Amino acid sequence: MRLSPSDPRVPGPSRRSLLRGAGGAAVLAGAGVPLLSACGGSGSGSDPKTVSVGSNASDAVPKKAFETVYEAFRKQSGLTVHVNTKDHNTFQEQINSYLQGTPDDVFNWFAGYRMQFFAAKKLATPLDDVWQKIGGNFPEAMRKLSKGEDGKYYFVPMTSYPWAVFYRRSVFRQHGYEVPTTWDQFVALCRRMKGDGLVPLAFADKDAWPAMGTFDQIDFRLNGYDFHVQLMAGKASWTDARVRAVFDHWTEILPYHQDGAMGRTWQDAAQTLVAKKAGMYLLGSFVAQQFTDKADLDDLDFFAFPEIDPAYGQDTVEAPTDGFMLSKAPKNHAGAAKLLEYLGTPGAEEVYLKTDSSVVAASDKADTSAYSALQKKAFTMIGNAKTLTQFMDRDSRPDFTSTVMQPALQKFIQNPKGVDGLLSSIERQKKTIFASS
Amino acid sequence: MTTDTTTTQSPEAAARPPAGPALAKRRAARSRRRLLTRRDRFTLAAMVGVPTVLHLILVWVTALASVALAFTTWDGIGFDSIKWVGLDNFRQLFEDNPQFWPALQHNAVWFVALILVPTPFGLFLAVQLDKRIRFSRVYQTAYFLPVVISMACIGFVWQLVYNPDTGLINSLTGANEPGHYIDWIGDPDLNLWAVLVAASWRHTGYMMILYLAGLKSVDPSLREAAALDGAGEWQTFRHVVFPTLRPTNTVVLVVTVIESLRAFDLVFVFNKGAQGTELLSILVTNNIIGESSRIGYGSAIAVVLLVISLAVIIPYLVAAFRKERRS
Repeated sequence: MRLSPSDPRVPGPSRRSLLRGAGGAAVLAGAGVPLLSACGGSGSGSDPKTVSVGSNASDAVPKKAFETVYEAFRKQSGLTVHVNTKDHNTFQEQINSYLQGTPDDVFNWFAGYRMQFFAAKKLATPLDDVWQKIGGNFPEAMRKLSKGEDGKYYFVPMTSYPWAVFYRRSVFRQHGYEVPTTWDQFVALCRRMKGDGLVPLAFADKDAWPAMGTFDQIDFRLNGYDFHVQLMAGKASWTDARVRAVFDHWTEILPYHQDGAMGRTWQDAAQTLVAKKAGMYLLGSFVAQQFTDKADLDDLDFFAFPEIDPAYGQDTVEAPTDGFMLSKAPKNHAGAAKLLEYLGTPGAEEVYLKTDSSVVAASDKADTSAYSALQKKAFTMIGNAKTLTQFMDRDSRPDFTSTVMQPALQKFIQNPKGVDGLLSSIERQKKTIFASS
Repeated sequence: MTTDTTTTQSPEAAARPPAGPALAKRRAARSRRRLLTRRDRFTLAAMVGVPTVLHLILVWVTALASVALAFTTWDGIGFDSIKWVGLDNFRQLFEDNPQFWPALQHNAVWFVALILVPTPFGLFLAVQLDKRIRFSRVYQTAYFLPVVISMACIGFVWQLVYNPDTGLINSLTGANEPGHYIDWIGDPDLNLWAVLVAASWRHTGYMMILYLAGLKSVDPSLREAAALDGAGEWQTFRHVVFPTLRPTNTVVLVVTVIESLRAFDLVFVFNKGAQGTELLSILVTNNIIGESSRIGYGSAIAVVLLVISLAVIIPYLVAAFRKERRS
């Protein structure tokens, strides 16, 4: 089609030229549609000197930390890393269409079921050749986490952080509390704290995910890692007596949780720990981000969730692990493999941790001398764990956890008496979701 | 549109059947005949055609596609993973989904609440402002301002009021202490009403403006006549002014139905449709958006929403068209 520019012979904007202008704009807008749908994805092409990375590290600190890592990689290998950063949550929401479109060579993702899901859908490339070189850098638990259901490696872990019970040393000292190691001690401590006018357990579930952390801890302490994994994978039944027992234990400590959790974000709950109004808080170690005062941060400590069944002790640690995957048809396969090999070295993690100190290295070979006391403790805890879990929404189908488990756990917190009806409802919904694909 | 099909030589024009209008009309059009060249007609066709195509693709094709997808399961990965499941999604929705019936109920509550509280209040304000009291522009602006703010922003603003730990209400009343704690956002018996207050805050201004426009069109001679007949203020309003607002009332009703069906942003910002504030639109979003989506199931919820919307809108459109034809 040919649209001439407006006729120079027509003096002034006549009705006709106005029409023509408007029509032209409409046609242009029409032509814009295929253009729009064609863009997106990486623009770096198949330049052998660059590797493209789709990044969800949109927060200032991790973004900067990754920049230093890629710069170090460029110096070492001569390959430039072209980073496409997307907002963290948007990246997650769009991962589906992103991986089916023209994804970057390498992309940030999470370990566990969430990685296995996309591996099983053939939206990622196996990394066994990379793992032959980096395998020695990681403890057994991390290696297990990086494998797809087919036994091949699909994931290179980078950083991790543990979930545990956080408390302030000064508060424990002031009241003469001792770190509980068994369930009974834990419940007794909660009772004592309540008597002392403290909120025993800070709690928030407005964002609907923090409560999953409590479920995870009680479940793998009570029923062990294997049952937990079975349950998360949709294989064990939610109406099983063992699941019922998890909620019974939870009901026992629920009165010691902070009031009104449903209207509170974890940041606000953390503030009650900062203000010494709460005695303990079960959360990921990112809770430390809320301790902006250096003295308060130095006062922060944590202990592993207490033992419930001695058969399982405290050998499982919930440690969500972030890292990288290789997309299904990388433009620069060789370069991407080189980058992943580099990212799997303790050196790369050390470079990263220099800028971002809120997490710990996934490799047990990384140098820990620059760690804070809290980081050192977290690192040891993860390194010594017999088995690592991720988090409910990383260990199970995200559609199940977000549409069924999040509202179900909120319902339980509101009304702990209706557990049986709740569990059969979860089981019914689970069956249809896990059956669907 | 153009009617000059007879004189131009282009084959496409010749192929077009002669336009329907009467001969007289055509003669009248003859003077305009040369105004529209081939290029003009192309332009016009593009102006009508492109939006039509866009409308078809973006509205009809997608709507029909989501109706079709409601009978399948699909995780959004590759077209070969679409599986036909018949009415399964709907059966699950009606029988197994613990959030569906509350959501439907909340959409209805939303409508009733908006009709019962902010609508009469908006009418009341409009009547007061219509009397040209002093500073009426200031009041008008003050009440209308919330309408200009987006629902998402309103959600943020009201969270500052409702936040159970640090919010305005609980800080003033001391309801943020253990023992007598009021959880405006989380308590399922409270949160829907809390959100509805925020929604009404905005809706009042909206209704006020609609009624104000309606009142401006009331013939002043009617009021005069009523005054001469000795009607009091309330009587005038009840028997003279209000009946003339009938068309405005219809618009208000339709607007409120639409508001209650599309309610989403405020609640999503407020607490993402947690216990007590579930809404159909939020269920659709939760199921469709995300890393491994349940597109078929989400579509089924969307179809329910579509059916309800059509059940409300079609009678209105039928009535509106019938009236138009009559006049």
